[in-house]
Amino acid sequence: MTGVLELSATEAIARVRSGDLEPGALWSAYRERAASEDLGALSWLADEAPEIAVDAPLGGVPVAVKDLFCTEGVPSQAGSRILEGYRPPYTATAVRNLQRAGAPMLCKTHQDEFAMGSSNENCAFGPVLNPWDRTRVPGGSSGGSAAAVAAGLVPWSIGTDTGGSIRQPAALCGIVGLKPTYGAISRYGMIAFASSLDQAGPFTRTVADAALLLGAMASKDDRDSTSLGLREPVRTPTATDLRGIRLGVPEELSGEGIETGVLENFQATLDRARELGATVETCRLPHAPHGLAAYYIIAPAECSSNLARFDGVRYGARVEADDLSSMYTGTRAAGFGAEVKRRIMLGTYALSSGYYDAYYGRAQKVRTKIAEDFDTAFGSFDFIVTPTAPGVAFELGAKTADPLAMYLNDYCTVPMSLAGIPAISIPNGLSDGLPTGFQIAGPAFSENSILDAAHALEAALGFDGSAARR
Amino acid sequence: MLSREQVLHVARLARLELTDEEVEGFGGELSKITDWIDKIGELELADVRPTSHVVEVENALRADEPHESLDPALALRSAPDAADGGFRVPSPGAG
Repeated sequence: MTGVLELSATEAIARVRSGDLEPGALWSAYRERAASEDLGALSWLADEAPEIAVDAPLGGVPVAVKDLFCTEGVPSQAGSRILEGYRPPYTATAVRNLQRAGAPMLCKTHQDEFAMGSSNENCAFGPVLNPWDRTRVPGGSSGGSAAAVAAGLVPWSIGTDTGGSIRQPAALCGIVGLKPTYGAISRYGMIAFASSLDQAGPFTRTVADAALLLGAMASKDDRDSTSLGLREPVRTPTATDLRGIRLGVPEELSGEGIETGVLENFQATLDRARELGATVETCRLPHAPHGLAAYYIIAPAECSSNLARFDGVRYGARVEADDLSSMYTGTRAAGFGAEVKRRIMLGTYALSSGYYDAYYGRAQKVRTKIAEDFDTAFGSFDFIVTPTAPGVAFELGAKTADPLAMYLNDYCTVPMSLAGIPAISIPNGLSDGLPTGFQIAGPAFSENSILDAAHALEAALGFDGSAARR
Repeated sequence: MLSREQVLHVARLARLELTDEEVEGFGGELSKITDWIDKIGELELADVRPTSHVVEVENALRADEPHESLDPALALRSAPDAADGGFRVPSPGAG
Protein backbone atom coordinates (compact mmCIF):
# COMPACT_ATOMS: atom_id res chain seq x y z
CA MET A 1 0.00 0.00 0.00
CA THR A 2 3.04 2.29 0.41
CA GLY A 3 2.93 3.05 -3.30
CA VAL A 4 -0.48 4.63 -2.91
CA LEU A 5 0.87 7.03 -0.31
CA GLU A 6 3.44 8.35 -2.76
CA LEU A 7 0.78 9.49 -5.22
CA SER A 8 -0.07 13.16 -5.47
CA ALA A 9 -3.77 13.91 -4.94
CA THR A 10 -4.17 14.52 -8.67
CA GLU A 11 -2.63 11.12 -9.45
CA ALA A 12 -4.75 9.38 -6.81
CA ILE A 13 -7.93 10.92 -8.25
CA ALA A 14 -6.96 9.71 -11.73
CA ARG A 15 -6.52 6.15 -10.41
CA VAL A 16 -9.86 6.28 -8.62
CA ARG A 17 -11.49 7.49 -11.84
CA SER A 18 -9.97 4.75 -13.92
CA GLY A 19 -11.06 2.12 -11.41
CA ASP A 20 -7.51 1.16 -10.40
CA LEU A 21 -7.95 2.41 -6.85
CA GLU A 22 -10.85 2.14 -4.41
CA PRO A 23 -11.45 5.32 -2.36
CA GLY A 24 -11.89 3.05 0.68
CA ALA A 25 -8.44 1.52 0.16
CA LEU A 26 -6.89 4.98 -0.15
CA TRP A 27 -8.62 6.06 3.06
CA SER A 28 -7.43 2.96 4.95
CA ALA A 29 -3.84 3.38 3.76
CA TYR A 30 -3.75 6.98 4.92
CA ARG A 31 -5.61 6.26 8.14
CA GLU A 32 -3.05 3.65 9.08
CA ARG A 33 -0.22 6.04 8.24
CA ALA A 34 -1.79 8.91 10.19
CA ALA A 35 -2.53 6.71 13.24
CA SER A 36 1.17 5.92 13.59
CA GLU A 37 2.39 9.53 13.37
CA ASP A 38 4.86 10.69 16.00
CA LEU A 39 5.14 14.41 15.19
CA GLY A 40 2.29 15.54 17.45
CA ALA A 41 0.64 16.95 14.33
CA LEU A 42 -2.87 15.56 14.77
CA SER A 43 -5.53 16.66 17.23
CA TRP A 44 -8.17 14.18 16.04
CA LEU A 45 -8.35 11.17 13.72
CA ALA A 46 -11.51 9.83 12.07
CA ASP A 47 -12.55 6.24 12.78
CA GLU A 48 -14.67 5.41 9.82
CA ALA A 49 -14.50 6.17 6.12
CA PRO A 50 -17.45 8.16 4.86
CA GLU A 51 -19.34 7.06 1.76
CA ILE A 52 -17.66 8.55 -1.30
CA ALA A 53 -19.09 8.60 -4.80
CA VAL A 54 -16.40 7.38 -7.19
CA ASP A 55 -17.26 10.16 -9.64
CA ALA A 56 -16.83 12.93 -7.01
CA PRO A 57 -14.48 15.65 -8.35
CA LEU A 58 -11.89 15.05 -5.60
CA GLY A 59 -12.21 11.26 -5.83
CA GLY A 60 -12.38 10.57 -2.08
CA VAL A 61 -8.79 11.73 -1.48
CA PRO A 62 -8.74 12.44 2.28
CA VAL A 63 -7.83 15.83 3.71
CA ALA A 64 -6.48 17.14 7.03
CA VAL A 65 -8.15 20.20 8.54
CA LYS A 66 -6.65 22.79 10.90
CA ASP A 67 -8.12 22.65 14.39
CA LEU A 68 -9.76 26.10 14.15
CA PHE A 69 -12.25 25.09 11.44
CA CYS A 70 -15.54 24.27 13.11
CA THR A 71 -16.50 20.71 12.24
CA GLU A 72 -19.81 19.30 13.45
CA GLY A 73 -19.44 16.91 16.37
CA VAL A 74 -15.64 16.84 16.03
CA PRO A 75 -13.30 18.64 18.49
CA SER A 76 -12.55 22.17 17.20
CA GLN A 77 -10.33 23.81 19.77
CA ALA A 78 -8.21 26.35 17.88
CA GLY A 79 -5.24 25.07 19.89
CA SER A 80 -6.68 26.59 23.07
CA ARG A 81 -7.53 25.30 26.55
CA ILE A 82 -10.54 27.60 26.55
CA LEU A 83 -12.08 25.43 23.80
CA GLU A 84 -10.78 22.08 25.01
CA GLY A 85 -13.15 19.34 23.89
CA TYR A 86 -15.49 21.80 22.14
CA ARG A 87 -17.58 20.02 19.50
CA PRO A 88 -19.38 22.59 17.33
CA PRO A 89 -22.96 22.12 16.15
CA TYR A 90 -22.07 23.04 12.55
CA THR A 91 -19.32 22.75 9.93
CA ALA A 92 -17.29 25.54 8.32
CA THR A 93 -18.25 26.32 4.72
CA ALA A 94 -14.74 25.60 3.38
CA VAL A 95 -14.78 22.11 4.93
CA ARG A 96 -18.36 21.53 3.80
CA ASN A 97 -17.35 22.47 0.24
CA LEU A 98 -14.53 19.90 0.36
CA GLN A 99 -16.81 17.18 1.70
CA ARG A 100 -19.29 17.86 -1.09
CA ALA A 101 -16.51 17.73 -3.68
CA GLY A 102 -15.43 14.34 -2.37
CA ALA A 103 -12.49 15.14 -0.08
CA PRO A 104 -13.48 13.65 3.30
CA MET A 105 -11.86 14.81 6.53
CA LEU A 106 -9.40 12.19 7.78
CA CYS A 107 -7.97 14.19 10.66
CA LYS A 108 -7.59 17.57 12.32
CA THR A 109 -4.29 19.25 13.02
CA HIS A 110 -2.64 21.17 15.82
CA GLN A 111 -1.90 24.87 15.49
CA ASP A 112 -0.70 27.86 17.47
CA GLU A 113 -3.45 28.96 19.85
CA PHE A 114 -6.03 30.98 17.88
CA ALA A 115 -3.49 31.04 15.00
CA MET A 116 -1.17 33.35 16.95
CA GLY A 117 2.37 32.20 16.40
CA SER A 118 5.02 31.26 13.85
CA SER A 119 6.31 28.01 15.34
CA ASN A 120 3.32 26.01 16.62
CA GLU A 121 4.85 26.25 20.10
CA ASN A 122 1.88 28.32 21.29
CA CYS A 123 -0.41 25.29 21.03
CA ALA A 124 -2.02 24.40 24.37
CA PHE A 125 -1.75 20.70 23.49
CA GLY A 126 1.98 20.52 22.81
CA PRO A 127 4.28 21.48 19.94
CA VAL A 128 4.38 19.87 16.49
CA LEU A 129 7.74 18.58 15.24
CA ASN A 130 9.19 19.28 11.80
CA PRO A 131 9.45 16.00 9.83
CA TRP A 132 12.74 17.16 8.27
CA ASP A 133 14.35 17.49 11.71
CA ARG A 134 12.43 16.59 14.83
CA THR A 135 14.38 19.03 17.00
CA ARG A 136 12.93 21.90 14.96
CA VAL A 137 9.59 23.68 14.58
CA PRO A 138 7.31 23.20 11.55
CA GLY A 139 6.46 26.92 11.48
CA GLY A 140 3.07 28.31 12.30
CA SER A 141 0.41 28.92 12.90
CA SER A 142 -0.84 26.10 10.63
CA GLY A 143 2.15 23.93 11.64
CA GLY A 144 0.20 20.69 12.08
CA SER A 145 -1.39 20.93 8.64
CA ALA A 146 2.00 21.65 7.02
CA ALA A 147 3.86 18.90 8.90
CA ALA A 148 1.09 16.38 8.11
CA VAL A 149 1.43 16.92 4.36
CA ALA A 150 5.25 17.06 4.44
CA ALA A 151 5.38 13.78 6.40
CA GLY A 152 2.88 12.11 4.07
CA LEU A 153 0.20 11.60 6.76
CA VAL A 154 -2.28 13.05 4.26
CA PRO A 155 -1.96 13.97 0.59
CA TRP A 156 -3.23 17.49 1.28
CA SER A 157 -4.59 19.69 4.04
CA ILE A 158 -6.10 23.08 4.73
CA GLY A 159 -4.99 25.89 7.00
CA THR A 160 -5.48 29.60 7.49
CA ASP A 161 -3.18 32.54 6.84
CA THR A 162 -3.51 35.86 8.68
CA GLY A 163 0.04 37.19 8.27
CA GLY A 164 1.84 34.16 6.83
CA SER A 165 0.37 31.17 8.69
CA ILE A 166 0.07 29.06 5.52
CA ARG A 167 3.07 30.29 3.53
CA GLN A 168 5.70 30.25 6.31
CA PRO A 169 5.01 26.67 7.56
CA ALA A 170 4.79 25.51 3.92
CA ALA A 171 8.28 26.95 3.38
CA LEU A 172 9.68 25.44 6.59
CA CYS A 173 8.21 22.01 5.77
CA GLY A 174 9.12 21.92 2.05
CA ILE A 175 5.61 21.87 0.57
CA VAL A 176 3.27 24.13 -1.41
CA GLY A 177 1.08 26.61 0.51
CA LEU A 178 -1.32 29.11 -1.02
CA LYS A 179 -2.99 32.12 0.56
CA PRO A 180 -5.75 33.17 -1.83
CA THR A 181 -7.14 36.67 -2.38
CA TYR A 182 -8.99 37.87 0.71
CA GLY A 183 -12.63 36.85 0.28
CA ALA A 184 -12.02 33.93 -2.11
CA ILE A 185 -12.94 31.38 0.55
CA SER A 186 -15.72 31.81 3.09
CA ARG A 187 -14.62 32.48 6.66
CA TYR A 188 -17.87 31.03 8.03
CA GLY A 189 -16.98 28.51 10.72
CA MET A 190 -13.33 29.57 10.96
CA ILE A 191 -12.70 30.53 14.58
CA ALA A 192 -11.70 34.16 14.07
CA PHE A 193 -8.35 35.74 14.83
CA ALA A 194 -8.18 38.97 12.76
CA SER A 195 -11.23 39.13 10.51
CA SER A 196 -9.93 41.63 7.94
CA LEU A 197 -6.89 39.39 7.31
CA ASP A 198 -7.90 35.75 7.98
CA GLN A 199 -8.03 33.64 4.83
CA ALA A 200 -8.13 29.85 4.38
CA GLY A 201 -6.04 28.01 1.83
CA PRO A 202 -4.49 24.70 0.76
CA PHE A 203 -1.27 22.83 1.66
CA THR A 204 -0.18 20.30 -0.96
CA ARG A 205 2.83 18.47 -2.34
CA THR A 206 2.34 19.86 -5.84
CA VAL A 207 1.12 23.10 -7.40
CA ALA A 208 -1.49 21.21 -9.45
CA ASP A 209 -2.96 19.77 -6.24
CA ALA A 210 -3.12 23.28 -4.74
CA ALA A 211 -5.14 24.45 -7.76
CA LEU A 212 -7.53 21.55 -7.35
CA LEU A 213 -8.07 22.08 -3.63
CA LEU A 214 -8.43 25.86 -3.98
CA GLY A 215 -11.08 25.43 -6.65
CA ALA A 216 -13.09 23.15 -4.36
CA MET A 217 -12.76 25.38 -1.27
CA ALA A 218 -13.63 28.74 -2.82
CA SER A 219 -17.17 30.08 -2.87
CA LYS A 220 -19.26 33.13 -2.29
CA ASP A 221 -21.22 32.34 0.86
CA ASP A 222 -24.34 34.02 2.24
CA ARG A 223 -22.99 33.29 5.70
CA ASP A 224 -19.85 35.44 5.17
CA SER A 225 -20.79 38.79 3.69
CA THR A 226 -17.12 39.54 2.92
CA SER A 227 -16.77 36.40 0.80
CA LEU A 228 -16.54 36.88 -2.96
CA GLY A 229 -15.49 33.51 -4.31
CA LEU A 230 -13.15 33.59 -7.31
CA ARG A 231 -13.86 35.52 -10.50
CA GLU A 232 -13.03 32.60 -12.77
CA PRO A 233 -12.82 28.85 -12.29
CA VAL A 234 -9.43 27.59 -11.10
CA ARG A 235 -7.62 25.97 -14.02
CA THR A 236 -5.18 23.08 -13.83
CA PRO A 237 -1.81 24.82 -14.23
CA THR A 238 0.01 23.74 -17.38
CA ALA A 239 2.70 26.40 -18.02
CA THR A 240 6.17 25.04 -18.68
CA ASP A 241 7.97 28.34 -19.15
CA LEU A 242 7.84 31.95 -18.00
CA ARG A 243 8.18 33.66 -21.38
CA GLY A 244 7.05 37.28 -21.20
CA ILE A 245 6.61 37.17 -17.42
CA ARG A 246 8.03 40.16 -15.54
CA LEU A 247 9.17 39.36 -11.98
CA GLY A 248 9.74 42.19 -9.51
CA VAL A 249 12.14 41.59 -6.63
CA PRO A 250 11.44 44.12 -3.87
CA GLU A 251 14.75 45.25 -2.43
CA GLU A 252 13.06 45.79 0.95
CA LEU A 253 12.14 42.08 1.25
CA SER A 254 15.07 40.33 -0.35
CA GLY A 255 18.22 41.42 1.46
CA GLU A 256 18.64 42.55 5.03
CA GLY A 257 17.46 40.10 7.68
CA ILE A 258 17.33 37.09 5.34
CA GLU A 259 19.65 34.14 6.15
CA THR A 260 22.46 33.59 3.63
CA GLY A 261 21.37 30.07 2.64
CA VAL A 262 17.79 31.20 2.02
CA LEU A 263 19.02 34.13 -0.05
CA GLU A 264 21.35 31.91 -2.13
CA ASN A 265 18.47 29.58 -2.99
CA PHE A 266 16.30 32.57 -3.83
CA GLN A 267 18.92 34.03 -6.19
CA ALA A 268 19.46 30.65 -7.83
CA THR A 269 15.73 30.37 -8.53
CA LEU A 270 15.70 33.86 -10.03
CA ASP A 271 18.36 32.56 -12.45
CA ARG A 272 16.15 29.57 -13.28
CA ALA A 273 13.24 31.96 -13.87
CA ARG A 274 15.40 33.90 -16.36
CA GLU A 275 16.29 30.65 -18.11
CA LEU A 276 12.56 29.93 -18.38
CA GLY A 277 12.08 33.26 -20.16
CA ALA A 278 11.14 35.67 -17.35
CA THR A 279 12.62 39.11 -16.91
CA VAL A 280 13.77 39.78 -13.36
CA GLU A 281 14.23 43.31 -12.05
CA THR A 282 14.57 44.99 -8.70
CA CYS A 283 11.52 46.94 -7.59
CA ARG A 284 10.48 49.02 -4.60
CA LEU A 285 7.81 48.48 -1.97
CA PRO A 286 8.85 51.48 0.13
CA HIS A 287 6.31 50.89 2.93
CA ALA A 288 6.76 47.11 3.20
CA PRO A 289 9.32 47.39 6.02
CA HIS A 290 6.57 49.02 8.10
CA GLY A 291 4.14 46.21 7.34
CA LEU A 292 5.09 44.16 10.35
CA ALA A 293 4.55 47.03 12.77
CA ALA A 294 1.17 47.87 11.21
CA TYR A 295 0.23 44.19 11.29
CA TYR A 296 1.11 43.88 14.98
CA ILE A 297 -1.37 46.66 15.72
CA ILE A 298 -4.18 45.66 13.37
CA ALA A 299 -4.15 41.90 14.05
CA PRO A 300 -4.03 42.22 17.88
CA ALA A 301 -6.67 44.95 17.77
CA GLU A 302 -9.03 42.71 15.82
CA CYS A 303 -8.14 39.71 17.99
CA SER A 304 -8.88 41.61 21.19
CA SER A 305 -12.38 42.21 19.85
CA ASN A 306 -12.92 38.73 18.34
CA LEU A 307 -11.73 36.90 21.44
CA ALA A 308 -14.11 38.83 23.68
CA ARG A 309 -16.62 36.06 22.89
CA PHE A 310 -14.69 33.56 25.01
CA ASP A 311 -16.27 34.41 28.32
CA GLY A 312 -17.44 31.10 29.77
CA VAL A 313 -21.08 31.66 28.83
CA ARG A 314 -22.00 29.92 25.56
CA TYR A 315 -19.25 27.37 24.96
CA GLY A 316 -15.85 26.29 26.14
CA ALA A 317 -14.37 26.27 29.61
CA ARG A 318 -15.71 28.22 32.60
CA VAL A 319 -14.05 29.01 35.91
CA GLU A 320 -16.88 29.27 38.41
CA ALA A 321 -17.11 32.42 40.53
CA ASP A 322 -19.66 34.18 42.72
CA ASP A 323 -20.19 37.11 40.39
CA LEU A 324 -20.29 37.52 36.62
CA SER A 325 -17.25 39.77 36.27
CA SER A 326 -15.01 37.41 38.24
CA MET A 327 -16.32 34.49 36.18
CA TYR A 328 -15.28 36.32 32.97
CA THR A 329 -11.83 37.36 34.14
CA GLY A 330 -11.08 34.04 35.85
CA THR A 331 -12.22 31.99 32.85
CA ARG A 332 -10.11 34.03 30.42
CA ALA A 333 -7.08 34.00 32.72
CA ALA A 334 -7.19 30.19 32.96
CA GLY A 335 -8.21 29.52 29.36
CA PHE A 336 -5.81 31.67 27.31
CA GLY A 337 -2.10 31.03 26.88
CA ALA A 338 0.67 33.61 27.24
CA GLU A 339 0.87 34.76 23.58
CA VAL A 340 -2.90 35.11 23.27
CA LYS A 341 -2.98 37.22 26.45
CA ARG A 342 -0.09 39.30 25.12
CA ARG A 343 -1.93 40.03 21.88
CA ILE A 344 -5.23 40.75 23.61
CA MET A 345 -3.38 43.18 25.88
CA LEU A 346 -1.55 44.78 22.94
CA GLY A 347 -4.74 45.12 20.89
CA THR A 348 -6.78 46.46 23.78
CA TYR A 349 -4.05 49.01 24.51
CA ALA A 350 -3.86 50.07 20.84
CA LEU A 351 -7.63 50.60 20.76
CA SER A 352 -7.90 52.30 24.12
CA SER A 353 -8.86 55.93 24.58
CA GLY A 354 -5.92 58.26 23.94
CA TYR A 355 -3.94 55.73 21.89
CA TYR A 356 -6.38 54.81 19.13
CA ASP A 357 -5.25 57.46 16.60
CA ALA A 358 -1.54 56.99 17.28
CA TYR A 359 -1.70 53.23 16.84
CA TYR A 360 -4.77 51.78 15.14
CA GLY A 361 -5.50 54.87 13.02
CA ARG A 362 -1.90 55.13 11.80
CA ALA A 363 -1.65 51.39 11.16
CA GLN A 364 -4.71 51.53 8.90
CA LYS A 365 -3.06 54.31 6.91
CA VAL A 366 0.15 52.30 6.58
CA ARG A 367 -2.05 49.50 5.26
CA THR A 368 -3.31 51.83 2.53
CA LYS A 369 0.27 52.82 1.60
CA ILE A 370 1.33 49.16 1.38
CA ALA A 371 -1.61 48.32 -0.89
CA GLU A 372 -0.71 51.34 -3.05
CA ASP A 373 2.92 50.17 -3.25
CA PHE A 374 1.73 46.82 -4.62
CA ASP A 375 -0.64 48.53 -7.09
CA THR A 376 2.26 50.61 -8.40
CA ALA A 377 4.54 47.59 -8.63
CA PHE A 378 1.93 45.55 -10.52
CA GLY A 379 1.86 48.34 -13.10
CA SER A 380 5.34 47.20 -14.17
CA PHE A 381 5.47 43.56 -13.02
CA ASP A 382 3.26 40.48 -13.28
CA PHE A 383 4.43 39.11 -9.92
CA ILE A 384 6.38 40.16 -6.87
CA VAL A 385 8.72 37.41 -5.67
CA THR A 386 10.53 37.08 -2.34
CA PRO A 387 11.94 34.42 -0.05
CA THR A 388 8.91 33.16 1.93
CA ALA A 389 10.50 33.14 5.38
CA PRO A 390 13.72 34.87 6.42
CA GLY A 391 15.23 31.60 7.70
CA VAL A 392 14.93 27.83 7.76
CA ALA A 393 13.07 25.94 10.50
CA PHE A 394 14.56 26.91 13.87
CA GLU A 395 15.07 24.74 16.94
CA LEU A 396 12.23 24.24 19.38
CA GLY A 397 12.47 26.87 22.09
CA ALA A 398 14.90 29.09 20.15
CA LYS A 399 12.54 32.07 19.90
CA THR A 400 9.90 31.50 22.57
CA ALA A 401 11.48 33.95 25.02
CA ASP A 402 11.56 36.84 22.55
CA PRO A 403 8.18 37.76 20.99
CA LEU A 404 9.77 40.27 18.60
CA ALA A 405 12.23 37.70 17.19
CA MET A 406 9.27 35.38 16.60
CA TYR A 407 7.24 38.13 14.89
CA LEU A 408 10.09 38.75 12.39
CA ASN A 409 9.28 35.37 10.78
CA ASP A 410 6.35 37.09 9.07
CA TYR A 411 8.46 39.88 7.58
CA CYS A 412 8.08 38.78 3.94
CA THR A 413 4.50 37.49 4.15
CA VAL A 414 2.66 40.20 6.11
CA PRO A 415 2.66 42.89 3.37
CA MET A 416 0.58 40.66 1.04
CA SER A 417 -1.86 39.91 3.86
CA LEU A 418 -2.35 43.62 4.57
CA ALA A 419 -3.02 44.23 0.86
CA GLY A 420 -5.37 41.21 0.64
CA ILE A 421 -3.56 39.83 -2.41
CA PRO A 422 -2.85 36.16 -3.21
CA ALA A 423 0.58 34.58 -2.73
CA ILE A 424 1.97 31.08 -2.96
CA SER A 425 5.04 29.50 -1.39
CA ILE A 426 6.72 26.68 -3.30
CA PRO A 427 9.64 24.52 -2.13
CA ASN A 428 12.90 26.19 -3.10
CA GLY A 429 15.59 23.66 -2.30
CA LEU A 430 17.37 22.91 0.94
CA SER A 431 19.76 24.96 3.02
CA ASP A 432 21.80 22.83 5.44
CA GLY A 433 19.34 20.01 4.87
CA LEU A 434 16.28 22.13 5.68
CA PRO A 435 13.64 23.42 3.23
CA THR A 436 13.37 27.02 2.06
CA GLY A 437 10.46 28.67 0.25
CA PHE A 438 9.99 30.89 -2.79
CA GLN A 439 7.02 33.27 -2.61
CA ILE A 440 5.10 34.48 -5.67
CA ALA A 441 2.50 37.23 -5.11
CA GLY A 442 0.15 38.69 -7.71
CA PRO A 443 -2.72 41.17 -7.93
CA ALA A 444 -6.10 40.31 -6.37
CA PHE A 445 -7.76 37.33 -8.12
CA SER A 446 -4.64 36.41 -10.13
CA GLU A 447 -4.61 32.88 -8.67
CA ASN A 448 -4.64 31.18 -12.08
CA SER A 449 -1.58 33.11 -13.28
CA ILE A 450 0.23 32.58 -9.98
CA LEU A 451 -0.44 28.84 -10.13
CA ASP A 452 0.83 28.70 -13.72
CA ALA A 453 4.06 30.50 -12.85
CA ALA A 454 4.52 28.35 -9.75
CA HIS A 455 3.93 25.22 -11.82
CA ALA A 456 6.60 26.18 -14.37
CA LEU A 457 9.11 26.91 -11.62
CA GLU A 458 8.21 23.75 -9.69
CA ALA A 459 9.03 21.61 -12.73
CA ALA A 460 12.31 23.44 -13.31
CA LEU A 461 13.37 23.14 -9.65
CA GLY A 462 12.43 19.46 -9.30
CA PHE A 463 12.30 19.56 -5.50
CA ASP A 464 12.26 16.12 -3.86
CA GLY A 465 10.43 16.08 -0.53
CA SER A 466 10.40 12.30 -0.09
CA ALA A 467 13.06 12.40 2.68
CA ALA A 468 10.45 13.89 5.05
CA ARG A 469 7.89 11.17 4.26
CA ARG A 470 9.97 8.22 5.44
CA MET B 1 7.72 51.55 29.86
CA LEU B 2 4.08 50.85 30.65
CA SER B 3 3.36 51.46 34.31
CA ARG B 4 1.77 48.87 36.56
CA GLU B 5 -1.38 51.02 36.60
CA GLN B 6 -1.52 51.14 32.79
CA VAL B 7 -1.15 47.37 32.53
CA LEU B 8 -3.89 46.81 35.09
CA HIS B 9 -6.16 49.31 33.31
CA VAL B 10 -5.72 47.50 29.97
CA ALA B 11 -6.25 44.12 31.66
CA ARG B 12 -9.50 45.41 33.14
CA LEU B 13 -10.67 46.57 29.70
CA ALA B 14 -9.75 43.15 28.28
CA ARG B 15 -11.46 41.23 31.13
CA LEU B 16 -8.23 39.45 31.98
CA GLU B 17 -7.14 38.60 35.49
CA LEU B 18 -3.34 38.79 35.63
CA THR B 19 -0.93 37.40 38.20
CA ASP B 20 1.66 39.78 39.66
CA GLU B 21 4.24 38.06 37.54
CA GLU B 22 2.18 38.64 34.39
CA VAL B 23 1.62 42.31 35.26
CA GLU B 24 5.34 42.83 35.55
CA GLY B 25 6.14 40.78 32.42
CA PHE B 26 3.59 42.52 30.22
CA GLY B 27 4.81 45.96 31.32
CA GLY B 28 8.23 45.30 29.82
CA GLU B 29 7.14 43.20 26.86
CA LEU B 30 4.39 45.52 25.68
CA SER B 31 6.74 48.50 25.98
CA LYS B 32 9.33 46.74 23.88
CA ILE B 33 6.73 45.91 21.23
CA THR B 34 5.19 49.39 21.20
CA ASP B 35 8.65 51.01 20.96
CA TRP B 36 9.23 48.95 17.85
CA ILE B 37 5.75 49.76 16.51
CA ASP B 38 6.39 53.47 17.15
CA LYS B 39 8.61 53.42 14.04
CA ILE B 40 5.48 53.99 11.96
CA GLY B 41 5.25 57.37 13.69
CA GLU B 42 8.08 58.49 11.40
CA LEU B 43 5.91 58.18 8.28
CA GLU B 44 4.08 61.13 6.75
CA LEU B 45 0.48 59.93 6.70
CA ALA B 46 -1.61 63.08 7.17
CA ASP B 47 -3.60 62.85 3.91
CA VAL B 48 -3.78 59.08 3.69
CA ARG B 49 -7.15 57.35 3.75
CA PRO B 50 -7.25 54.50 6.31
CA THR B 51 -7.95 50.94 5.11
CA SER B 52 -10.15 48.92 7.44
CA HIS B 53 -10.97 46.28 4.86
CA VAL B 54 -9.47 45.32 1.51
CA VAL B 55 -12.67 44.08 -0.07
CA GLU B 56 -14.73 46.78 -1.64
CA VAL B 57 -18.19 45.47 -0.93
CA GLU B 58 -20.94 47.69 0.30
CA ASN B 59 -24.19 46.56 1.83
CA ALA B 60 -23.95 42.84 1.22
CA LEU B 61 -27.67 42.13 1.29
CA ARG B 62 -29.64 38.93 0.90
CA ALA B 63 -33.33 38.29 0.44
CA ASP B 64 -35.29 38.52 3.69
CA GLU B 65 -36.63 35.00 3.55
CA PRO B 66 -37.19 32.63 6.46
CA HIS B 67 -34.75 29.74 6.53
CA GLU B 68 -33.78 27.02 8.90
CA SER B 69 -31.66 28.17 11.80
CA LEU B 70 -29.67 26.50 14.56
CA ASP B 71 -31.86 24.39 16.83
CA PRO B 72 -31.90 25.99 20.33
CA ALA B 73 -31.19 22.67 22.04
CA LEU B 74 -28.15 22.23 19.82
CA ALA B 75 -26.99 25.79 20.51
CA LEU B 76 -27.18 25.12 24.24
CA ARG B 77 -25.40 21.77 24.06
CA SER B 78 -21.93 23.28 24.42
CA ALA B 79 -22.84 25.70 27.23
CA PRO B 80 -21.02 25.30 30.54
CA ASP B 81 -24.34 25.92 32.32
CA ALA B 82 -27.67 25.82 30.46
CA ALA B 83 -31.04 26.13 32.15
CA ASP B 84 -34.62 26.84 31.04
CA GLY B 85 -33.62 27.16 27.39
CA GLY B 86 -30.96 29.76 28.14
CA PHE B 87 -27.38 30.29 29.29
CA ARG B 88 -27.15 30.58 33.07
CA VAL B 89 -24.50 32.89 34.57
CA PRO B 90 -23.68 34.09 38.07
CA SER B 91 -25.39 37.27 39.21
CA PRO B 92 -23.73 40.48 38.00
CA GLY B 93 -24.51 42.05 41.36
CA ALA B 94 -23.18 39.45 43.76
CA GLY B 95 -19.66 39.25 45.15
